[in-house]
Amino acid sequence: MENKLIVSPSPHIHSGDSIPKNMYGVLIALIPAFLLSLYVFGLDALILTLASILFCVVFEYFISKFILKSEPTISDGSAIITGVLLAFNVPSNLPIWILAIGALAAIGIGKMSFGGLGKNIFNPALVGRIFLLISFPAQMTTWPAPVLESATDAISSATVLSQLNLSSALPTLSSMFVGTESGSLGETSAIALLLGLIYMLWKKIITWHIPISILVTVAIFTAILYIFDPQPQYNPIIHLASGGLMLGAIFMATDYVTSPLTKKGMVIYGFFIGIITVCIRLWGAYPEGVSFAIVLMNGFTPLINYYTTPKRFGEKQKNG
Amino acid sequence: MNVILTAVAVLCVIGAVSSAILYIISQRFKTIEDPRIELVQEALPAANCGGCGFPGCNGFASAIVKSDTMDGFYCPVGGQTTMDNIARILGRTADVSIKKIAVVRCNGTCENRPRTNIYDGASNCTIAAALYGGDTGCSFGCLGLGDCVDSCLFDAIHINPETMLPEVVEDKCTACGACVKACPKNLIELRKQGPKSRRIYVSCMNKDKGGVARKSCEVACIGCSKCQQVCPFDAITIENNLAYIDDDKCRLCRKCVPVCPTNSILELNFPPRKEPKEETAKAEA
Amino acid sequence: MGISTENCFMLKTFRIGGIHPAENKLSAGKKIENAALPAQVMIPLAQHIGAPCQPIVKKGDKVKVGTLIGKSVGFVSANIHSSVSGTVNKIDKVTDVSGYKRDAVIIDVDGDEWEPTIDRSDTLKRECRLSSKEIVEKIAGAGIVGMGGATFPTHVKLTPPPGLKANILIINGVECEPYLTSDHELMLEKAEEIFVGTEILMKAIDVKKAVIGIENNKKDAIARFAEISKSYPGIEVQPLKVKYPQGGEKQLIDAITGRQVPGGALPISVGAIVQNVGTTFAVYEAVQKNKPLFERIVTVTGKEVKNPCNVRARIGTPFKNLIDIAGGLPGDTGKVISGGPMMGKALPDIDIPVAKGSSGILIIPSSEAKRKAMKDCIRCAKCVNVCPMGLNPTLLMDLTEFQIWDRAEKQKITDCIECGSCSYTCPANRPLLDYIRLGKGKVTGIVRARKN
Repeated sequence: MENKLIVSPSPHIHSGDSIPKNMYGVLIALIPAFLLSLYVFGLDALILTLASILFCVVFEYFISKFILKSEPTISDGSAIITGVLLAFNVPSNLPIWILAIGALAAIGIGKMSFGGLGKNIFNPALVGRIFLLISFPAQMTTWPAPVLESATDAISSATVLSQLNLSSALPTLSSMFVGTESGSLGETSAIALLLGLIYMLWKKIITWHIPISILVTVAIFTAILYIFDPQPQYNPIIHLASGGLMLGAIFMATDYVTSPLTKKGMVIYGFFIGIITVCIRLWGAYPEGVSFAIVLMNGFTPLINYYTTPKRFGEKQKNG
Repeated sequence: MNVILTAVAVLCVIGAVSSAILYIISQRFKTIEDPRIELVQEALPAANCGGCGFPGCNGFASAIVKSDTMDGFYCPVGGQTTMDNIARILGRTADVSIKKIAVVRCNGTCENRPRTNIYDGASNCTIAAALYGGDTGCSFGCLGLGDCVDSCLFDAIHINPETMLPEVVEDKCTACGACVKACPKNLIELRKQGPKSRRIYVSCMNKDKGGVARKSCEVACIGCSKCQQVCPFDAITIENNLAYIDDDKCRLCRKCVPVCPTNSILELNFPPRKEPKEETAKAEA
Repeated sequence: MGISTENCFMLKTFRIGGIHPAENKLSAGKKIENAALPAQVMIPLAQHIGAPCQPIVKKGDKVKVGTLIGKSVGFVSANIHSSVSGTVNKIDKVTDVSGYKRDAVIIDVDGDEWEPTIDRSDTLKRECRLSSKEIVEKIAGAGIVGMGGATFPTHVKLTPPPGLKANILIINGVECEPYLTSDHELMLEKAEEIFVGTEILMKAIDVKKAVIGIENNKKDAIARFAEISKSYPGIEVQPLKVKYPQGGEKQLIDAITGRQVPGGALPISVGAIVQNVGTTFAVYEAVQKNKPLFERIVTVTGKEVKNPCNVRARIGTPFKNLIDIAGGLPGDTGKVISGGPMMGKALPDIDIPVAKGSSGILIIPSSEAKRKAMKDCIRCAKCVNVCPMGLNPTLLMDLTEFQIWDRAEKQKITDCIECGSCSYTCPANRPLLDYIRLGKGKVTGIVRARKN
């Protein structure tokens, strides 16, 4: 025969799904939040995001090429996501050099030291963020006021959560949902982030289990507290709409590599992230606890995977 | 100052109590192990390869100490010296066993055996073998995907990228038999290493009829039995169109090698023949 | 009885996992054509799960169409009949669908003379006065096997182990594999015969209820079957949502009855027996027309194929002949598959003969034939979500790679039905099923060794 036939085990067709497809899908889902950050924080947001992407991609390229001596994998888009998420987790007036350190921590420590995409234990963007939060607490916790309010100069203003602990005046709920209050770059608008969630669910990039279980846990937990003691710091709606909860629940906790495989596991994971987040917010030293909660549960993911199994066919027989 | 003192005192107490508990427990639950087991284990190469048939070197050591004889015990990695040492520790005499070596019985290089299709599945011989006969016309030959290489703990077998066949590194091979078990085509055999590593064997496992076998591979055994007729020691048997040389009977006379019409019998590490015959196999199999 | 009443508009399907690959039913609606008789047939002696047949002819013997040439040995085995008339040339090893050379009877064709006992008329014969035992004997004699591709001997399936009794017969008209249309065409052209076959099977296993499951992408077949079922009491037609692998026995039982067969158990443990429509038609022919199984419908299809078609081919016809009917092997051929794209077998060459389980020949162009490079697992859990058996494919692949057989067994690797949904879905192009199949084989061996 002139041309040789190819032989391989079944199946012989493939869905065409690929790692880049999923990664770029997540990036598309991040667009609404990005546009809103441009609107709220102006040009700073654009510069910071682009710089962060650039740092992450360049670091990944050099580490994989010169230290790991492997084929650079930057084209799969995962470094871009890390870059965007890192930028979304910092204040818009953060000096670029600090951001560069954060990107190095995210890519170098959080991802490549484990061997690259698929092998890391912790969400790289959160590793970067926590590294910065601990190393540069002052710069990481002074947020500029949204350009909308004071276009002339950026006065540091507190986020809703830090105001909660200080029990000062709160911004209106509607501004929290739309995202015109102060905060880190991409976390301010609940609506923009929810749009991203809907897109990812529609494209089947993620399943609902992780984000919904986190949000529901936070809502129920704070609602119980609110019933016993109706103080504003227990208001579940404020908790849902403020800070990095939405960003964390939708984009960070759902990171493929560091979240559980089974649906049962995902719900357990989401539940504990919700509980830990609220505990840190209400009784911890930091005003915001989502990143810590997620990283903590990232560490438990292998254990959750070990002890949960998918729903087996024919295991619990429900005869109709 | 007071704080430091308290801390030091507390730590000391904790340390003392813990060590007391540890001491009591270790005394209470002490197991008396035959001290010879440890000695034997030290004499073993600690490869834990399982080539002896026991789970690891410790398993081998406990089994041989419990047993009364040396029969059935042989460490393929350490070889005769190790067995002699163990025999001395246990006050027994070791049987002399002959060093063996893994031999790959396929010479279907890319030249000898043209590829007829392209395999595109997972790079694993067992998976390919479960799917079909292989990417050549010969369904008995080496698939070249390296299950033997993966199974070897001693880095003693490698795929030659030119021939796509595995080659055994004689100095490293311990005849543990892992590759023999790993090969789904059953191509690897443990054969006597032979004096000066001289060996003769049929490097083919093709059981097809002569014509079919020859068509798929130039160096296939076609079962013509010429070697059988020429062998003065009755060492060669033909079964299912395939010759096999019994290494217990073979006296390495080399008469079978030149009569083979397809050059499927290989001779290794022999000096060149007097009259210039074709040098069948320079390559180690 | 018509379409099952309570669920007229609610399409049923199985509950766990599943995928929906592009259907690509290129040969749908193409009438079944008869393939010309080849000059020579090679009839493999192992065309079923179980022991290969013992040949009972020798070189030079004259045979007619339908003459018994291979006798089954043991219980799980099936007779093999000549598909042509002519002279036995030899019994030799021939590469068959398994990819290995195995014994086959090679017959030189001469004319087309059928055994006189076979009723060659086309008239429908509805009445069947045979007893249940006689029916099963007749099916066994005719060498009928599961024609969906599994090739499990049908008479064995109809003889449940002592103490177990079926209460529902399910006829599998799902054809969930993309590309294939042989069952669909058969259902359109031989609908009445399939109903009679169903009645015979109901009698054989003594059940009062049968359901024919058809996926909703075959609306014409559903409509026709619903119409006919009015005159067949006890037989219902159940339209099903299009989802792969619905044709899997366990999935189909779940979809239709809501009962899930436990891991390691047979469908009979939940009182169900499943037969393919092709098998049902073969049963009709065997029982009513005395015709043993020596031909079947084969779909020849592929994106580059000139004339995708459904052909009726004698067992033993080389695949090449059927490909020629469809316009010959396209210039851009990467892979030739026996069966569908999800579970079919890729063939090393095209001289392989048609066997009882050959439901289709699929030709895939080279651009789609080669797998993409495998990447590291990103633990996206898509394979876990699509697995219809509720397994964790990525874990099972790792356990196989590292040969941790005890954990693989606990993770139910032996439940895998090898549908390929995991490999199909994996965004990292990991050969999940390749490894799981390997691990499943090893673990099955270990379990069997432990029992003995």
